[in-house]
Amino acid sequence: MEYWDPHIERMPVDELRQLQEYKLKQLINYVYSHSPFYKKRLDDAGIKPEDINSLEDVKKLPFTYKQDLRDNYPTGMFCVPNTQLVRFHASSGTSGKPTVVGYTRNDINCWANSLARALTSIGIGRGDNMQVSYGYGLFTGGLGLHYGAEEVSASVLPTSAGNTGRQIELMQDLGTSVIACTPSYMLYMNEAAKNMGISIKDDTDLKIGILGAEPWSEEMRKRIEDTTGIKAYDIFGTSELSGPLFTECKYQDGIHIWADQFLVEIIDPDTGEPLPDGERGELAITTLSKEALPLIRYKVGDLTALNSEPCECGRTHPRITRITGRVDDMLVVRGVNVFPGQIEAVLMNIPEVGEHFQIIVDRVNEMDMMKVQIEMTDTAFSDRVNDIISLEKKVESALKSVLNVSVKVELVEQGSLPRTVGKSKKVIDNRNL
Amino acid sequence: MDTEDNILKQISIFAENKPGRLADIADKLKNADVNIRAFNIAEAGEFGIIRMVVDNPDKAYESLHNTGFTVSETNVLGIEMEDVPGSLSNIANSLGEHGINIDYSYAFVTKTEKALLIVRVDDIKGAISVLDDASFKLVDMEEIKHL
Ligand SMILES: [Zn+2]
Repeated sequence: MEYWDPHIERMPVDELRQLQEYKLKQLINYVYSHSPFYKKRLDDAGIKPEDINSLEDVKKLPFTYKQDLRDNYPTGMFCVPNTQLVRFHASSGTSGKPTVVGYTRNDINCWANSLARALTSIGIGRGDNMQVSYGYGLFTGGLGLHYGAEEVSASVLPTSAGNTGRQIELMQDLGTSVIACTPSYMLYMNEAAKNMGISIKDDTDLKIGILGAEPWSEEMRKRIEDTTGIKAYDIFGTSELSGPLFTECKYQDGIHIWADQFLVEIIDPDTGEPLPDGERGELAITTLSKEALPLIRYKVGDLTALNSEPCECGRTHPRITRITGRVDDMLVVRGVNVFPGQIEAVLMNIPEVGEHFQIIVDRVNEMDMMKVQIEMTDTAFSDRVNDIISLEKKVESALKSVLNVSVKVELVEQGSLPRTVGKSKKVIDNRNL
Repeated sequence: MDTEDNILKQISIFAENKPGRLADIADKLKNADVNIRAFNIAEAGEFGIIRMVVDNPDKAYESLHNTGFTVSETNVLGIEMEDVPGSLSNIANSLGEHGINIDYSYAFVTKTEKALLIVRVDDIKGAISVLDDASFKLVDMEEIKHL
């Protein structure tokens, strides 16, 4: 099957915009009458629902932030009574209170529908065995992909994250063709399989990986595809918007955002104004179909750019380019902005360098010091000290030329850096900022 | 004489300079029933390279590799020395005259009080013929086993 919903997915752009405009007006009326939070937000901004008449008017609307969800913990921003809800998810509260998301039955259906379109665009469907190695539970990754996969009639292996030996065994025995997990877990599995004497490339039927829940680079994709023999697709979504929702299509050139359900904008972080196609800024998404927890211009915190050009796959819905980092992940080192994703991209371009690294930032004598620890690999190892030192210097100068700030590179023993089954923690910032 | 016989397989291991690493490696080898004949550590700040001549290099490689160490086998030569200070410069001179460079070397004394010099050179076959012509005695793997 080429399209899950050909009518919507190939809808001419003009019609799509009309549909968005209609749904945006509906949304504003809906939140104004159902959400005391948004009524106050709009009143404070001096906006009445009748002021929103066109798609351009979205600019008049105030942004919504994650902090708003925290301030209204747990259900203060919900637009429906408890009787309408069929599920809750919650994100972990690493910094402050967790955020809670509620779903009506229709919200769950829309979520599954969004992923059904996405999975179909990759070519996943009936006959595929899909191993969902995202965590199940309050985290949206596991259940989200689970419902999406069932919607397209793939068979789900709900393995969740962890117990890697068993995952690899099942992958072999049941002939898993698709896996959904974080990119770092994919690499970890590959390594664990190798230690079990199994090559994911040669000894399994795995063909497709749906990887996300943490920022990763194009270079990392290449590395994963080369070592595991799979095609790796980027997935995007966040619990506040429901969960994982969108993926790349088989052309692997940006993630399609279903415009009938979500209105996407890229915002200039300095001016707060929307940016044109191709310019990188902060992602803001307005939900056009959600009932329990609709969000207006929600600042997701990811940095990306928009591409509204028609895609080779025939879909008219806009794409976002690879997310280069999260606003929260940005490090300021000696006054220079550094994203972990930039470091990853540099490292993955150096063949001798392994997949496992960690960034450590310290403040020594009032001076920021950034260190990147990289695991030694069998291929990079030499019994001559100078060879190792020159590899360190080579990586240092490659990083310096991209980041414009000096970095100390340290090769460390294989297996010494932490491995994780979920989102990896690549940065350790020891500064008390 | 077959030149291959004179090539020793040295075990080289990448290790961070952390306490206990050496003991850890020695432990692994002991469990694998491998005996260390000579060893040397080249330190460079945060890391070091441990180089060892053992009685069973393949077994040593396997046991270390399987327990997660970054390890390689390197071809080196073992040269018997009578009078240590004199021989060292003689060896270096003989090789140097033929354009052969020493990457590194380390010496150790056997139980029978013989001094052995382990060298890694950039042209191992050339080095064997030069040292042979200069009447240096090269030890082979069999002799290492029985040291
Ligand atoms: Zn496409």
